Amino acid sequence: MIYLDNAATTPVDKEVVKAMDKYHSKFFGNPSSLYKPGRQAKRAVEDARTTVANLLNCDAQEILFTAGGTESDNLAIFGVVNQFLDKAKDYHCITTNIEHPAVLNSFKRLGKLGFDVTYLKSDQYGLISSKDLLRALRPNTLLVSIMYANNEVGTIQPIAEIGKIIKNYRHVQRVDTISKNPSYPIFHTDACQAAPYLDLNIENLGVDLLTLNGSKIYGPKQIGVLFKKKNIKLQPLFYGGSQEEGLRSGTENVPGIVGFAKALELVDKDKQKENKRLLKLRDYFTMELLKIPNSILNGHPEKRLPNNVNVTFKHIEGESIMLKLDQQEIYVSTGSACHSKSLEPSYVILALGQDAANAHGSMRFTFGKDTTKKDLDKTLKVIKKTVSDLRKISAIQT
Amino acid sequence: MIDKNNQQNNWLYTDAVKDHFFNPRNVQYNDPKPGEFNGKGTVGSPVCGDMMTLWVKVDKKTKKIKKCTWKTFGCASAIASTSILSEMVKGISIDDAIKITPKDIIHKLGGLPARKVHCSVLGDKALRAAIKDYINNK
Repeated sequence: MIYLDNAATTPVDKEVVKAMDKYHSKFFGNPSSLYKPGRQAKRAVEDARTTVANLLNCDAQEILFTAGGTESDNLAIFGVVNQFLDKAKDYHCITTNIEHPAVLNSFKRLGKLGFDVTYLKSDQYGLISSKDLLRALRPNTLLVSIMYANNEVGTIQPIAEIGKIIKNYRHVQRVDTISKNPSYPIFHTDACQAAPYLDLNIENLGVDLLTLNGSKIYGPKQIGVLFKKKNIKLQPLFYGGSQEEGLRSGTENVPGIVGFAKALELVDKDKQKENKRLLKLRDYFTMELLKIPNSILNGHPEKRLPNNVNVTFKHIEGESIMLKLDQQEIYVSTGSACHSKSLEPSYVILALGQDAANAHGSMRFTFGKDTTKKDLDKTLKVIKKTVSDLRKISAIQT
Repeated sequence: MIDKNNQQNNWLYTDAVKDHFFNPRNVQYNDPKPGEFNGKGTVGSPVCGDMMTLWVKVDKKTKKIKKCTWKTFGCASAIASTSILSEMVKGISIDDAIKITPKDIIHKLGGLPARKVHCSVLGDKALRAAIKDYINNK
């Protein structure tokens, strides 16, 4: 099989499985228990927290473990705004029109709750303009959430630059209008897709909140991290035994937490080497795909993740392509409506200015550490035949 | 008619859908020759994600469909439903052909995932358009 959908999820690394293993049945204790098995579990959780903190260049107490990327995004967003619910219409939040649904649908909810929401528009490559952000900032802006790298087209946003703009706005233009607290607007980024490839040094990024997800970094599913800068006040999403500083109640997922830390450690170790290797594969694969007539690259040609290629094959539809590849044991993803629950084509491809017909024919290939040039050559061969076969029966004239 | 085992959240296609998707019948690969058909219908649009053209050759004496070919832009269920329709109409009268409903096509396919039903079964409309075209051209 050739798995080219690593943006959907990654296989769990064998070393990660090994690291997690003993925390299922052997060291099964509840970290809140004071006796030995509890202390062992607590120790594992805190060691994992320190590992993650070191990789992000932050303090261990700034790392919160959650049940995944979606939960981290929700905790970041609603954790901030729920403190202002009673005066929602007095406040403003900013995000982009190409966020992952975990952020985008949360912001739609903010709109319904009465908050004033600005959706920054991406350009034709999936880039958000810092100038647009600067223009959108207001004295009553509570929260800015901009993804680090896009999950569909892989476009990388200038997070460090945006971080500086927000920091500057906080200090210069704003006279502590929100609760006399100079930490607003708070800056959140969803770094789920960026994590295996881009710089996660918090100091460099200048973010207040950052989301990570185990299942995109060869770790387990249903485990995530929210980095939360010390001075940021959040309200929990739910209440219970006050684990994770009271921000994420519920008995810790000890094996998941151990697995997450191991996974992040492993991707960090190989980051430079993998970036170099995948970049070469990406550019080769892109070049070859674009030799197919009537194909378009979606996203930025350079400012994109090294493992992401997103191409539209005009006049044919993505689900058909996907199923033909599936039959050959090649697994990819599509932005076609026919493959979505909403029956709308990819809103990200549409946001890039493509028409719906082109969005229906968009295909996403996301490589992983197991992807080889041989895999890509086989894929190219199958794709060329598939595209040609489907075009032969397409009602749209080429 | 939705396959009971093929509920809302299930993406599984039946064997008939897969068979017709992977081995489509009666595709009009090349432009038809003059006189090869006497009716043509196109429905759907690229923007909606489904579009199909269907050609029919109707026997003027018997009013029976002698030949039906097609081209489809769309997902697997759109392709399969047009393919199976082209087999269903062969040899039947145009009076019977215009009575074919999406339900009949889906039944023949052994069911479709629920959310595919509305968007991807356009074949009956394309067929009616082709028959209408035949009648107008008569």
